[in-house]
Amino acid sequence: MTVSQGVFIILGIVALAGAAGVVLNRNLFRAALFLILSFVGVAGLYILLEAELLAMIQLLVYVGAISILIIFAVMLSRQMMSSGFQARNSDWFLGVIVAAGMFAVLAIILLRVQWPTADSAVPKDLISQLGQALVSPSQFALPFEVASVLLLVALVGAVIIAREK
Amino acid sequence: MLSDYNFIGVFVIVAIIFPFVALGLAWLLRPKKPNPVKTDTYECGLQTTGETWVQFRAQYYIYALVFVVFDIEAVFLFPWAVAYSKVGLYAWVEAFIFLAVLTVGLAYAWRKGALRWQ
Amino acid sequence: MKFILNFWVELGNWLEGVLSGWGVPTWGVNLIIDIVVVLILLIVGIMAVLIFTPMERKVIARMQDRPGPNRVWPYGVLIALADAIKMLTKEDITPRKADRALHMLAPLLVTIPALLVFAVLPFGFRVIGQDLNVGVLFILAISTIHVLAILIAGWGSNNKFALLSAFRVVNQLLAYEIPMVLCILAVVLLTRTMSTQGIVEAQTIPFFLVMPIAGMIFLICAMAEANRSPVDLLEADSEMVAGYMVEYSGMKFAMFFIAEYVNMFAIAIIISTLFLGGYKFFGLEDVAPVLSPFIVFAKAVFVIFLMLWFRGTFPRMRFDQLVSFAWKFLVPLGLVNLMLAALVVKIPAANPSTVPWIQGAVMLAGNLIIIAVAFLILNRTARRVDGPSALKRIVATER
Repeated sequence: MTVSQGVFIILGIVALAGAAGVVLNRNLFRAALFLILSFVGVAGLYILLEAELLAMIQLLVYVGAISILIIFAVMLSRQMMSSGFQARNSDWFLGVIVAAGMFAVLAIILLRVQWPTADSAVPKDLISQLGQALVSPSQFALPFEVASVLLLVALVGAVIIAREK
Repeated sequence: MLSDYNFIGVFVIVAIIFPFVALGLAWLLRPKKPNPVKTDTYECGLQTTGETWVQFRAQYYIYALVFVVFDIEAVFLFPWAVAYSKVGLYAWVEAFIFLAVLTVGLAYAWRKGALRWQ
Repeated sequence: MKFILNFWVELGNWLEGVLSGWGVPTWGVNLIIDIVVVLILLIVGIMAVLIFTPMERKVIARMQDRPGPNRVWPYGVLIALADAIKMLTKEDITPRKADRALHMLAPLLVTIPALLVFAVLPFGFRVIGQDLNVGVLFILAISTIHVLAILIAGWGSNNKFALLSAFRVVNQLLAYEIPMVLCILAVVLLTRTMSTQGIVEAQTIPFFLVMPIAGMIFLICAMAEANRSPVDLLEADSEMVAGYMVEYSGMKFAMFFIAEYVNMFAIAIIISTLFLGGYKFFGLEDVAPVLSPFIVFAKAVFVIFLMLWFRGTFPRMRFDQLVSFAWKFLVPLGLVNLMLAALVVKIPAANPSTVPWIQGAVMLAGNLIIIAVAFLILNRTARRVDGPSALKRIVATER
């Protein structure tokens, strides 16, 4: 077992433990923190895949912005602010059945599909090539512009919804 | 490239151990005499009344939302900035359209008072 | 002679030679050298705290026309050591109803990013922890963990004031992060690489002379990120009584302060790397690379002196003024600067070797025009908000 495999197992356990902590924890704030742990684990997995740009973006956007947004959203509900609030869900048995079914479907897909593997090494100027692909009209220029429109829609929607008192 | 992160990994492990060592040293050296008055919550010398609940204004959440949108926009611009010297002038036009669309969003939020602290 | 001139690089090579001479396998040699470098960087960080604490207190005291600390050893320079001993031996009081795990987690989460940034900072010619391909993005990503730690500190204290102050600090940090990212984007545009060493190498002219707007915006935003005056509303004793740190005592409080000073030092080095030319000094680093860490340190001390000067001079900003300044002034300014820089980089020149100078001159001219226009707009807005009519109103009512 090489060092890479060992690190992969550790990072996988971190990501999965974070995800398990989100679901199993009764305290909403601690659940949000476990979610952040899961994000950090995923960022580590990106580094292992030699996608360091994606790993840094994961840390910057998910851990830095979206998790704070989630914590703020959790705190917007008044019950959260009083100490001793425990989240309860009475339909958990149905949830277990649905989750098990989805797990079975995903496992079958993962094991049956022939995943394509890259046969060449990761190029040294990866980020530069990614940047060129983002702006070249024959590749990803249109999704680049559509992404900006999507962000505009999100911003306008957020302003409208948040202003309705 | 991947071997670069060996150093980062070692650094993370040592950086996690270091505060534990400092706190452990303090745990050895400090007095431990808890009493009810000391472990009370601080409120300028008064007793706290009621639950620890503050009015969480929605304005905090709006600021965080606008931040998320601009964060993702900046993240899109990083590969563009690195590759900029190798592409022609059309890259500037594309980035200008990208930023103009988002500036319209910022101007909308500004006019609607979403950026005002009330 | 060459050994002395290239001292730091030769030291690393010599250590590697000694270790592999003892028969340690290659991965062992790498691991041991990594650990040694990490420990050296940590010591440098802690030394920075010990040096800059007395410097800050003495400099600000002199600006306020008083002597400052002068009891601990000659001229009070060991004040940080006295502080450290005091913090180590103070009792650690955790509030009864607070969440113990979160209360302990927050100081750890504050120090780890502050120290981790040192891995990618260039301390000299080829003297760097690890020259990552995405150096500046790494610095940005690690700094966002600091924001999270403050939120955890505020929540884990179970205190109204701590929570309120934590919300405000997080909003301030988020507001000032966008202009910072935009300025870094402008620099990356000029240097075409995100690695910190590449950015230093690309500065034939220090970028502050080419893009003064980006430098000044970055300085303001970095000071806001480090919670330094004039944007340190949440640490002021007259405000929320130390804000989110109010329930911390002893070593945990010390960790917050260590993290702040280490952050300040790291930001000073980042600014000197991005805008002041890093370890370059009119070609001195080609002749004698051994002097390059001292050049970096001198530039960092200069930037820290600037920060202390700001702290001693300006009054504090209110929270809403703070946040409006970031969103309504700095973000549009940063965007305009980015677009201008992108346009200027595409200017061709007849002779390839003069390209940096011509582009630099045009960019400087464009920046000065933008600064003039921005100040004109600010002037007109200020006059509208509290101009002569407001003054006349105040004078009239007083009479």
